[in-house]
Amino acid sequence: MASNVWRSMLSHVVGAAKRPTVCFRRGLQTVTLIPGDGIGPEISVAVMKIFESAKVPIQWEERNVTAIQGPGGRWMIPPDCKESMDRTLIGLKGPLKTPIAAGHPSMNLLLRKTFDLYANVRPCVSIEGYKTPYTDVDLVTIRENTEGEYSGIEHIIVDGVVQSIKLITEDASRRIAEYAFEYARNNQRSSVTAVHKANIMRMSDGLFLRKCREVAENFKDIKFTEMYLDTVCLNMVQDPTQFDVLVMPNLYGDILSDLCAGLIGGLGVTPSGNIGANGVAIFESVHGTAPDIAGLDMANPTALLLSAVMMLRHMGMHDYGKKIETACFDTIRDKKVLTGDLGGKSKCSEFTEEICRRVRDMD
Amino acid sequence: MMAAALRGSVVTLAKGLTGTGPWWQQLAARSLNMTASLGGPEAPPARADATFKVTMVPGDGVGPELMTAVKEVFKAGDVPVEFEEFHLSEVQHMDSDEKLEQVLASMKTNRVAMKGKINTPMEFKGELAGFEMKIRRRLDLFANVVHVNSLPGYSTRHNNLDLVIIREQTEGEYSSLEHESVPGVIECLKIITREKSRRIAKFAFDYATKKGRSKVTAVHKANIMKLADGLFLQCCAEVAELYPKIKYENIIIDNCCMQLVQNPYQFDVLVMPNLYGNIIDNLAAGLVGGAGVVPGESYSAEYAVFETGARHPFAQAVGRNIANPTAMLLSAANMLHHLNLEYHSNMVSDAVRKVIKQGKVRTRDLGGYSTTGDFVQAVVGNLRHRPMY
Repeated sequence: MASNVWRSMLSHVVGAAKRPTVCFRRGLQTVTLIPGDGIGPEISVAVMKIFESAKVPIQWEERNVTAIQGPGGRWMIPPDCKESMDRTLIGLKGPLKTPIAAGHPSMNLLLRKTFDLYANVRPCVSIEGYKTPYTDVDLVTIRENTEGEYSGIEHIIVDGVVQSIKLITEDASRRIAEYAFEYARNNQRSSVTAVHKANIMRMSDGLFLRKCREVAENFKDIKFTEMYLDTVCLNMVQDPTQFDVLVMPNLYGDILSDLCAGLIGGLGVTPSGNIGANGVAIFESVHGTAPDIAGLDMANPTALLLSAVMMLRHMGMHDYGKKIETACFDTIRDKKVLTGDLGGKSKCSEFTEEICRRVRDMD
Repeated sequence: MMAAALRGSVVTLAKGLTGTGPWWQQLAARSLNMTASLGGPEAPPARADATFKVTMVPGDGVGPELMTAVKEVFKAGDVPVEFEEFHLSEVQHMDSDEKLEQVLASMKTNRVAMKGKINTPMEFKGELAGFEMKIRRRLDLFANVVHVNSLPGYSTRHNNLDLVIIREQTEGEYSSLEHESVPGVIECLKIITREKSRRIAKFAFDYATKKGRSKVTAVHKANIMKLADGLFLQCCAEVAELYPKIKYENIIIDNCCMQLVQNPYQFDVLVMPNLYGNIIDNLAAGLVGGAGVVPGESYSAEYAVFETGARHPFAQAVGRNIANPTAMLLSAANMLHHLNLEYHSNMVSDAVRKVIKQGKVRTRDLGGYSTTGDFVQAVVGNLRHRPMY
């Protein structure tokens, strides 16, 4: 009898030791915030305000990202930013300016290399209230972000002849395909389409396609199709509703994700997330720094806000995400308080205040 | 044969007498077409009494059906063109190097060709370049021109579009140079040369000057591919200086795609390397109605090949009689214009436009229920009511 009690107690203790540490749901979660340049600080403040009024259990750690030269002359991001990201594993980033001829590569590239951000995810959903010729768009583009045409390997062979190398590796292709299918499963998406040009680049895109097909075998609940890049472009502008999740190598992803952003209204309203190895995820707004309106309270925080909502969903806080997203869409649909680029005349702070008010009313 | 020649000459004579066709133009040796500006040999010299010979390669998918449509319309309109057909196909095992040589020899003799899409299968045995690439390289068809025009009577999300897309067709990303350095790591080379970039830029500016266009925009990704697209951009800028009357701009490819779906009216003539051209051709075709309505042509210094703008075999439609022959018919009209058969060219294109405008006979892709055959019959019907100039 006593031995039974002893055994069950032992199993409890052993079980507890073996159980993986569950995500800290009760306490505050820390997120690294990188305000960025230009309109970055204003829109970051707006997002923080909205999160506060929604009482989201998040605390922000602000960090700055300016390229510094580390030992050996290699450019890198400031160590305190890296340390913060490694600890929190989640980041929210505003627009960063890339000075021309500064001698260092773009900040976005540095961040990508430092945290091995291999997947760029851009969900494109038509916003009610912001009319574009395309309605009912609801698709997600997942782009491989580390290799492909953007490997940066170029050389001048002889004067007047330049060669640029596109690199496709088995590992990277498999990784992005796995991420795409997992994303589809976690977000209740029904199909994944691989976009390629394997009839022309038979070996490289052929490898990418083969990996996608192999990974699809493990995800039988998700429909897998493959389509040529030109067919996708042709059909996308005629009927975007036929697409669901698209997965593709770097260059095609760059072009298609911007094309889809154009369908829903541009970069000012498109969220974006970068997923890295080791569980790191950085969500960002993809528009520019807009130096001409910086500091004038005219910026539109929608892109950063929707990216922050993506971040909440990634962290599992779906209800907060839904609340804030609904408030944002309702405000835009009402059309009473809109910033300049959405066709209204209000200030950024007024737009933010309106969303905060709606969020508070929802409770 | 004799009868056809006789008929051809009677038609020409009749045209000459009634003054309906540009008979004076037909007798002139030098033609006022595209190739004239390139300084090379131009289209076959006008022969007022014989038919023109044109190579025809139907290709795969719905190619044969579309070519049949063209032949029917030509027959009904008494067009003095004779087609030399070759069935070349990689997916249907009708390929061989001798066949390719025959096709190339015929194209070199006739100088003008009409082509469907020759499908390149994804699996390769030995060579990486498909037949289409080989034809383009051997004939040096370096420029692909797609004139995207909204069709009156068919409205899409963007109406009254009028863009020209000029694409370099022989190098760039389609160089077919790939290798597996280490198992699992594949390199694909993109080649950009100064000579070809200059050539396509000059072609674009010449085209713009000839057709009275005001702006040429170069599309690139030089912020990432600094050397390759940087060279392309530099060549375009150099050539732009020789044409002070034409405005020159440049735009990054992803921004260009975004602008095309938001505000396509800001563009006039676009010039770009190979892959971006493929993307933008299809995008723009989608904007005005799809792959079935946009014609395209490929030029080299000596040859001209007429085909559709967005090249897809459309295999799902084979045998179902649903393909839209508009693109191929308009391309055939362009070919007649190139051969200086102005009268017939206008006749065919006017008939096609009239059918589209009336809107009664429309194929599946434009929202109707008619078959290819119905559409061709409608076009033939409209041919008889030729407008008298």
